[in-house]
Amino acid sequence: MEQKEKTPLLAVRHLSISFTQYKRWWRREEQQAIRDLSLEVGAGEMVAVVGSSGSGKSLLAHGVMGLLPYNASWEGDIFYKGEPLTEERLKKLRGREIVLVPQGASYLNPLMTTGEQVRQGARDRESRRQCREALERYGLGEETESLYPFQLSGGMARRVMIAAAVQRKPCLVIADEPTPGLHLEAAKRVLSHFREMAEEGAGVLLITHDLELALLTADRIVVFYAGTNLEEAWAGDFTQEEQLRHPYTRALFRGMPKNGFQAAAGAQPYGDNLPEGCVYEPRCPWRQEQCRQPVPYRQLRGGRVRCWRDI
Amino acid sequence: MRLEANNISFQYSRDGRKILNNISFHLDSGERLGLMAPSGFGKTTFCKILAGYEKPDEGQVLMDGKPIASYKGYCPIQMIWQHPELSVNPRLKMSEVLKEGRRVEQRVLDGLGIEKDWLRRYPGELSGGELQRFCIARVLGEGTRFLLADEISAMLDLITQSQIWGFLLEEVKRRNLGLLAVSHSKELLERICSRMIYL
Amino acid sequence: MIRQKKGWNQRLFLLCCAGIFIAALLGITAAGAMWEEKALQTDFSRKNMAPCIQYPFGTDWMGRDMFIRTITGLSLSIRLGLFTAVISAGIGAVIGVSAIMGKWVDGVMGCMIDLVMGIPHMLLLILISFAVGRGFWGVAVGISLTHWTSLARLLRAEALQLKESPYVAIARKLGKGWGYIAGKHMAPHLLPQLLVGTVLLFPHAILHEAGITFLGFGLSPEQPAIGVILSESMGHLMMGRWWLALFPGALLAAVVMMFHVIGNTVAGVLNPKQAHS
Repeated sequence: MEQKEKTPLLAVRHLSISFTQYKRWWRREEQQAIRDLSLEVGAGEMVAVVGSSGSGKSLLAHGVMGLLPYNASWEGDIFYKGEPLTEERLKKLRGREIVLVPQGASYLNPLMTTGEQVRQGARDRESRRQCREALERYGLGEETESLYPFQLSGGMARRVMIAAAVQRKPCLVIADEPTPGLHLEAAKRVLSHFREMAEEGAGVLLITHDLELALLTADRIVVFYAGTNLEEAWAGDFTQEEQLRHPYTRALFRGMPKNGFQAAAGAQPYGDNLPEGCVYEPRCPWRQEQCRQPVPYRQLRGGRVRCWRDI
Repeated sequence: MRLEANNISFQYSRDGRKILNNISFHLDSGERLGLMAPSGFGKTTFCKILAGYEKPDEGQVLMDGKPIASYKGYCPIQMIWQHPELSVNPRLKMSEVLKEGRRVEQRVLDGLGIEKDWLRRYPGELSGGELQRFCIARVLGEGTRFLLADEISAMLDLITQSQIWGFLLEEVKRRNLGLLAVSHSKELLERICSRMIYL
Repeated sequence: MIRQKKGWNQRLFLLCCAGIFIAALLGITAAGAMWEEKALQTDFSRKNMAPCIQYPFGTDWMGRDMFIRTITGLSLSIRLGLFTAVISAGIGAVIGVSAIMGKWVDGVMGCMIDLVMGIPHMLLLILISFAVGRGFWGVAVGISLTHWTSLARLLRAEALQLKESPYVAIARKLGKGWGYIAGKHMAPHLLPQLLVGTVLLFPHAILHEAGITFLGFGLSPEQPAIGVILSESMGHLMMGRWWLALFPGALLAAVVMMFHVIGNTVAGVLNPKQAHS
């Protein structure tokens, strides 16, 4: 799919997020969780950020939404509709134009019924009707409206959160890990709801650990590894190993059960032992001397890659 | 050796919703069985019952014809949990976590790619994939006969997933263990299992 | 990637404060213990003096040095506080942790906690102190027997949660006994809580000691207790001798606050969840 507008809906450029932490009594350290991350989401487009759990990808969602904890600091630029996304602007847009579908059902207010949460307190007939429609769209019957969050199953709670998000007719939807614990059919259904939102013109940023699922619905895949993005590829590139641009993505490809289930050696660096240069260098079969220096994120074959080599 | 469950029923006392209803199954040593079921079916509960974490309301679990409650001390049926970060005490160093297993061989640590440096760390300083390797190593000590793997790679990236399963399959074969693998991914189960059940 | 961070270090500051406060409290305790005789010395040639360089807290109607009396009183309070906090924490630990021994034991212990908590602190304290015969032991027994409840509750909740945690269940399946679990899994969580709880018991114990002594159910009037000083000063406040109440009262508040800072700092350092604050 072509990008529909020249200025992307959301553009994140060189975003770094770090935390200040205390260790051993009073030694204070700054730990970088996200380093030099760039990505774009266009209107009507679904972009998936794929990385394993603990790689810091949820922070991206919180960073864009301005919901980072107080001990975190960030640098870089975030643009929304071409304008810098300042805190003031975020306050106006958050929950209206830009919505987050959070990870767990614990984000629902435990003391409000489902209906009240979807309606956001409004009681007039029109919003009641809209609420009914939104819930129905996700296969939730009328009885769901009077249920409290603890009475919902995990899958239902997730659909309620999606319904609550759609209700606000957002331009940008950020979905943080919307499918864990759901079996394949349910997960596909959840993702198809996000796909629909994209078809209706919203930009969708999907954050997930499940590459296979993301490939089923997303337009573009941003491969996230050890706090940064190593490659940006079209979902279609994943049909053939040769079309992929980064050694890590290729290793991921070969690790899929249907593509050979081969394991590359080594483990993802984490926390305080991130390498200075390319984060994949310790595991990379093609590593060279220059990989120990920071690697720029560059264009390659219609996607982007953080690697010196043209493979 | 055979692990069997006869007519298992289970419900949580709170809401009276029946989670498992009259389920029977068997697993032999050296067999790799895949279990697929829709979410909300109670796969985790089923694993917990098989490993003796929960008692079924009806029915019984037998190993070699004897009820599993009669095996005292180290349980020969070990379960690997879905969430490694909940399965280790955040205040214990990884070397201590590993010591809980019964005489885990160095070979197992090497096979799982556990690095020496990780042993000195606390769980909060390791990623989910690294923690899960420890959780697997911990239950691969002496005396384990059956392994129950409950969605153990659902939260991991594909490379870590194939590393872990690659090793587990070798180990299961080498020691003639019985393996029950629960996953939502049909492709994964078809890769690793010799028999499948759909519930 | 990790960088050592420069600039304002909140935790280092708090630790320094806590260190200074510990030194100050130890100093008060030691000085007060040494001055016990001196605090009772009367000298009618210097009675009712307002604060001056020689007597920074002034003197009372019997010519006693109020600074020395105050320090001695606080010293007694701190020692009493140490004694009662340790006993109280001990009771709290035993009752709280015994909750894991099963439903029946937990039920009885929960009942005891609710029972003691349900009666107003001060009332129960006065009753016990009175029954034991007042004086030092009256207060000590009274405070020890009434202050363990909140700590017991805290430890009970934590212990029960640990008992139900997956990692304890896994350790059981790996053939580990309850002794191992208590030592390896429970102690690392509960001991820091116990330590912090004990330190935070101090201010309560000291305030209640001063309180019941002030009301006349605690330490005897001959003892240089802070409660005695404050209740005596009541009669003289009307005559404009403000220093008799102000300085001892302010110092009592300062001591209480110092214990609070120490307790909260220790809690922050020991709790891995607060690694950032």
